[in-house]
Amino acid sequence: MTRWPLLVGTAALLAGLGVLALGLQLSGYDAALALAALVQGSFGSWYVISSATLVRAVPLIVIGLGIAIAFRANALNIGAEGQFYAGAIAATWVGLHLGGWNRLLAIPTVWLAAGTAGVLWIVLPVWLKRRFGVLEVISTLLLNFVAESLVSWAVQGPLQETRRVYPQSDPIAEAARLPLVPGTRLHLGFFLALGLALVVQYIFRRTIWGFDLLATGSGPKAAEVSGGVKVSRVAGFALLWSGLFAGLAGGIEVGGVSYALFQNLSPGYGFSGIAVALLARLEPVAILLTGVVFGALEAGGAAMQRDAGVPSVAVYVVEGVVILVLLLAEAALRRIRSAVVLPEAEAGPA
Amino acid sequence: MIETSELAQLAGFLAASVRVATPLLLAGIGETVTERSGVINLGLEGAMLAGALASAIGASNAGPWAGVVSAMVAGALVAAVFAACVVFAMVNQIVAGTSVTLACIGLTGTIYRQTYGAGGVGLSLPTLEQVALPGLSRLPVVGPAFAQPTLTYIAVALVPVVWWGLYRTRWGLGLRASGEAGSLARAAGVRVRLLRFWATVFGGALGGLAGATLVLAQVGTFTEKMTAGRGYIAIAIVVLGRWHPGGVALAALLFGAATALQFLFQSLGLAVPYQFFLMLPYLLTLLALAGVVGTVRAPAALAVEE
Repeated sequence: MTRWPLLVGTAALLAGLGVLALGLQLSGYDAALALAALVQGSFGSWYVISSATLVRAVPLIVIGLGIAIAFRANALNIGAEGQFYAGAIAATWVGLHLGGWNRLLAIPTVWLAAGTAGVLWIVLPVWLKRRFGVLEVISTLLLNFVAESLVSWAVQGPLQETRRVYPQSDPIAEAARLPLVPGTRLHLGFFLALGLALVVQYIFRRTIWGFDLLATGSGPKAAEVSGGVKVSRVAGFALLWSGLFAGLAGGIEVGGVSYALFQNLSPGYGFSGIAVALLARLEPVAILLTGVVFGALEAGGAAMQRDAGVPSVAVYVVEGVVILVLLLAEAALRRIRSAVVLPEAEAGPA
Repeated sequence: MIETSELAQLAGFLAASVRVATPLLLAGIGETVTERSGVINLGLEGAMLAGALASAIGASNAGPWAGVVSAMVAGALVAAVFAACVVFAMVNQIVAGTSVTLACIGLTGTIYRQTYGAGGVGLSLPTLEQVALPGLSRLPVVGPAFAQPTLTYIAVALVPVVWWGLYRTRWGLGLRASGEAGSLARAAGVRVRLLRFWATVFGGALGGLAGATLVLAQVGTFTEKMTAGRGYIAIAIVVLGRWHPGGVALAALLFGAATALQFLFQSLGLAVPYQFFLMLPYLLTLLALAGVVGTVRAPAALAVEE
């Protein structure tokens, strides 16, 4: 029981890469060359590991941790992409005004702003869910598009660079930028992500709230009736926390990587973050691992485009297939187990 | 007296509303059938995108109608993959749908660049001609709204057809029963899984057709991620339209009008950044959802893994 997730995860990843290779070969690319570039560009040297793979893993891990909180309570936040952008906008705006600040003060200020913006971006879906019963899946999804328009407006309006040439912001103040590991582009955010994973792991394992999340997600009726868990409250807060994490990820990305705001800052981190969390079966420490795997895919995808002429979006095929295979494996396993133990209730989790 | 230029603007607004509404109506009608059977397909966005690319490839090789057919096939195939996972293997529909869309974004991006070059050169495709309805299209103001590509008329015609299918046939009764109480329907002899599978494939085919509408009747080219969330909007529209073909048609038109407002406002020269008009339809949909959700009930077995 303890070994199979790793096994299934690896199998899913291999299946995804297999589909990618097959697809590339069929559509006329050199699959071997592409896969070599993928590996070389993600794990080929210490420099690419630290400065490409791990750097790209940071937003995925932070978003993934938030998604894990929400999904544990069966609150399906599909809007991390929008919350990420909300955080990035806030971080940029605050970061531009921190010239002359002390770094020790400036960096937490940026993080606070980004996290708050992420929360604000999901407040409306939470309210709509609790007040009117609007599915958070749809409401969070819709707000992604609003966020993209907001970024587009910000970088052509109030946050546009002083030269007013490109649709991007000025670089944020030196003080607001995250310190780097010498000789690499790995920034402080990576260590924050590590710390957050441990904190969330502790919350899940050792706190009542962690238990409430799980109870809410796995059997809301039982949790409410016999467990005394305020299910809709727990789910609401889980969503707010996931918004906070996604917003924070946006702030970290601006402070540690881009130093500025522009459109397409995220290559879909909000969606990949969901995959990262699911692949880790919503386990925080495992999210570190899957975050790095998907960070490697993103980094490798960029290398694939550079060195083998394969569009980097191709890695989305891998990500999609990985999740599907994983879901299928889980479903198959569930069926085997329930066949052995007890026939599951016909309706399943309602 | 109203100025003629204002009338022309109004006419343009109406025509734009219908134009925006068409792909949403097609995808929404399909998704209505899917959801009525108990399946919510977030892979619809992916099916639409696949349909858009397939229509571009089909049209550039064998003319626009070949594009239409290949779009429907592509959309149906994407939905079939999704349906196989959720109907037969009973995996989580929300997650499966999102990942299918993710894979489609990757797949269409890759195929597009391989077929048409990395630079993404603007294709110019043979597009579908507009067909003016005799008489109606001559009317003042509303006239331009009655000169639309054939696909729009197909979309409109689908509304009563799907209504009839859902409410007046044995097949529709079984479908709705599957969506409300799968196990009961099964006990009554309905082949629930098969129905759900085909209802999802049907929805995917119409999603593909919606993608074809974008390419062949509106833009005339394919660009990466060109559906820009219209598949998700279509799902919201199904909720807005209360899972009823007529309601969905109304909701699609409403969304079309909200989107077309931006053209109207822009021509009025309002000093509001255009991005806010881009947000408007999404925000209006959210608000409308809040208004409508309390008063209606989704199919009881929607997204239940059974």
